[in-house]
Amino acid sequence: MAAGDFLSDIQFISPIDFAKRKVQSLQEYSVLAAQSIANLFRRPIYGADMMQQADLIGFGSLPIVLASVFFTGAALALNSATTLSRFGATTVIGQLVSIGIVRELGPVLAGLVVAGRNSSGMASELGSMIVTEQIDAMRALGTDPMKKLVTPRVVASVLMLFFLTILGDFMGLLGGSVVASILLGMDAHEYWSNAWQTLVFSDVFMGLMKPLVFGFIVATVGCYYGLTTKGGTQGVGRSTTEAVVAAMILIIVVDVFVTRFLMVMLGS
Amino acid sequence: MSTPSLPRAASATGVLEPTNDVLVFEDVAIAFEDKVVLDGISFRLPRGETKAIFGVAGSGKSTLLKLALGLLKPDSGHIYTLGEDVTQMPEEQLFDLRRKVGIVFQESALFDSLTVRDNVAFRLMEEGDIPVDEIDRRVREALRFVELEHTVDMLPAELSGGMRRRVAIARAIITQPETILYDSPTGGLDPVTSTTIVELIVKQRDVYKSSSLLVTHRLQDAFVMADHCFDPKTNHMRRVEPGGRIEVPMAFMILRDGKVIFDGDIHALADTKDEYIREYIS
Repeated sequence: MAAGDFLSDIQFISPIDFAKRKVQSLQEYSVLAAQSIANLFRRPIYGADMMQQADLIGFGSLPIVLASVFFTGAALALNSATTLSRFGATTVIGQLVSIGIVRELGPVLAGLVVAGRNSSGMASELGSMIVTEQIDAMRALGTDPMKKLVTPRVVASVLMLFFLTILGDFMGLLGGSVVASILLGMDAHEYWSNAWQTLVFSDVFMGLMKPLVFGFIVATVGCYYGLTTKGGTQGVGRSTTEAVVAAMILIIVVDVFVTRFLMVMLGS
Repeated sequence: MSTPSLPRAASATGVLEPTNDVLVFEDVAIAFEDKVVLDGISFRLPRGETKAIFGVAGSGKSTLLKLALGLLKPDSGHIYTLGEDVTQMPEEQLFDLRRKVGIVFQESALFDSLTVRDNVAFRLMEEGDIPVDEIDRRVREALRFVELEHTVDMLPAELSGGMRRRVAIARAIITQPETILYDSPTGGLDPVTSTTIVELIVKQRDVYKSSSLLVTHRLQDAFVMADHCFDPKTNHMRRVEPGGRIEVPMAFMILRDGKVIFDGDIHALADTKDEYIREYIS
């Protein structure tokens, strides 16, 4: 293909149109997010679908969340040991790993892993349903896809990410413990004692509030990209990729604001 | 060429005064981006009648069915489905109305992760208060109607194209809706399977007296439906004798460039002088 042909195939849009599209997307996403919550108070409530999604999202993501936080905890202990040994303070590794994992790394890593696995899954599943007219069929059969498909995924993601983070945090501490005991020769009791005693209410509260927000992001972003899929199977692939990227970026950005908000709220 | 007469005025509440029409389109227009698909469409579907809609690809036939169910909103005009103006109704109210209308999509649109039983029973399960035994009985009855009782536990991926269409018909008729919309139910099927589907549509029309809109590219299917009726004794359709007592409630509508260029019965279609229509049906 000649360069001229290639350039003529590219469709340029004006900055104003581009901005309008982005604002419209934001508006549509906001409506979807609000409806997903409002539907919790409207009948019918799809309890069985929530359970099914909880199984898919929660149990399905368990191994990768546990593994990723375990090895991050181990790496954090190793890196900390190198720096702390210069000051002869390797005994505080437990405190450092504990604060790092519980306040920040546990929830963010669990959120990113669940986003990678489930935002993409939701976008591809709902996107396929759009291109094969299954969503239209559902509406035609008198069922609201927002209630039947979106709300159960949001509820399941929020709840499951909360519990996955608790388990992940434990695995992160365990990873640190393994490194501290086996590679650094620390006393395991001392490690766990330091790790436990350094945690205060605000650390745990912050660490457990974040997954609620991240779970909401994972599900609403995945569902939004799925339900706005256009352009057949190629569109499904595009939606899937965009959903993962958007969910991950949003989690990382929102984490900063949530952290700051909770710090101000808790006075820490 | 006959043109459709316009329907009566709606009341102030957006509900059409009681008539014998299950579906009324009133000056409906819709465009996708810059392309005008329907441009001032008006027609009505009387209770008990089947209306076959023809037109070249992209003439807005499928769009028409989605508009009738409120799945799409027109840019202008009014659509009265079972007496209610779907263009003015919020989505929440439309869900209630849609439960009274069946639709068979072009590619069946079966839920691919559900079994045939769950697909057909979908509407009943959504009601929430119907016992499982009753659901199973009605699913088997609907599947027996389309002669696919043995597929109850299969997944859509295990069925042929014709079987999927028949399951879609079973899903559409399980609640015995008074109006059914068929979107190219015989498209891409072999002649034998097509005849089976046409026979099912005729059976639904003549046995259950359903009203229906039938979008199709296959003229021969609509002509068969226009000169056949269903015989419950033989469980097959049979040709209606010309000049006989039986009157088949069948009409034809042709779309061109977003407008209705013909709306009438088979005799009016045969007598038309319009060059385009004559070429189309030849």
